[in-house]
Amino acid sequence: MNKPVYGLILGGILGIFDGLTAWFTPEVRAGIIGIVIGSTFKGVIAGVCIGYFAKKVNSLPLGILFGLAVGTFLAFLIARMGTENGNHYYFAIMLPGSLVGAIVGYATQKHDVKMGKRAVSSVG
Amino acid sequence: MEWLPDDVVGHLSKMIDTPDLTGTKYELIEEIGRGGMGAVYLVRDSHLDRVVALKVLDSAETDEFATARMLMEAKILAALEHPGIVPIHDAGTLADGRFYCAMKFVKGTRLDRYAASAARSDLLRVFTRICEPVAFAHVQHVVHCDLKPENIMVGEFGEVLVLDWGIARYEAEPGGLSIAGTRGYMAPEQIRGTFEARSDIYALGRILNFLMPGSNVPKALRAIATKAANSDPGLRYASVPEVSADIARFLDGQPISAYEESLAERAARWIAHHKTLSALLLTYILVRTGIFFAIRR
Repeated sequence: MNKPVYGLILGGILGIFDGLTAWFTPEVRAGIIGIVIGSTFKGVIAGVCIGYFAKKVNSLPLGILFGLAVGTFLAFLIARMGTENGNHYYFAIMLPGSLVGAIVGYATQKHDVKMGKRAVSSVG
Repeated sequence: MEWLPDDVVGHLSKMIDTPDLTGTKYELIEEIGRGGMGAVYLVRDSHLDRVVALKVLDSAETDEFATARMLMEAKILAALEHPGIVPIHDAGTLADGRFYCAMKFVKGTRLDRYAASAARSDLLRVFTRICEPVAFAHVQHVVHCDLKPENIMVGEFGEVLVLDWGIARYEAEPGGLSIAGTRGYMAPEQIRGTFEARSDIYALGRILNFLMPGSNVPKALRAIATKAANSDPGLRYASVPEVSADIARFLDGQPISAYEESLAERAARWIAHHKTLSALLLTYILVRTGIFFAIRR
């Protein structure tokens, strides 16, 4: 599996879980479906970007840093939209969002593309 | 009758032991080691202008058995072409009737000395490198029978060489085995006069124990050494690659075959092997928990 696809899947999955944590905040629990969808979408986009970066740059610290930056930026865009009652949860969205980006950055750098290719060639 | 002084006797004895290199291409430089059956000399190969190690039988050991034993060692070394096994260049008989083998002169540090200052991870990598030539020899049906730290050399560039194949034997060699080896590294069956490839695995287990002294050795590592050096050959690893595979798994932070770890140990191993990811996940959980309480307030 190449790194952008790996980043896409991992970003999406982590996005779902990150969105589901909103359930612990009663104020926003009612809109959890929208939050999960938004969070997943954010995770997918971040995952593709981070995966593409990992494909081009082979550096764990830079990968984590890039993931952190992309996660923060996309989380900022979502936080800026605000809730229906006009509240902006900048820290509550941006801090975990950036960490999820960093985790995806780590995972895409560590992901061994060759292993998958070797398995395919040994079958073929 | 007048007695000769000790230094004169010592000098005469040395003169007798010094190999007669007349008619060979070798020029004696110095004696570099001495064993039970002979000595090793540093000599210069005048044809190729290089120094080599010349193993020569003691003058008192020119009996047929010792010569046959050394010839067998020479043939085994010639058959075992491997980067981890000292190559033999030449073998023959000197003018004084003593058998000799010319081998590559290996510069480096003996493992027993190297171990004193090396880090654990380096020692484990060296250990896996020891396994390679031993495994290769086993494929050729050769058993070393005297593996010990003193017979392993770590070269200047990190190369690892297994030395002294003096009592190595072919597995199918008929007849009983005269008891030979080193106490502490000899497998129980070897002491009883038999041997097999797993006798070397026993010695490898003992070497691993030697390399990992003290009480703070991870249980998994201790388990590998214990399994390899089990007194029952049937309970040891079946082959040398299995030993090195377990060491490689340990170094990679993977579970090993010799030790069934508990859930807590598995988690601790995972965390130790994935420090960055563990730190990121922990931070995420802490941040989420912090946000949860901050919003509730």
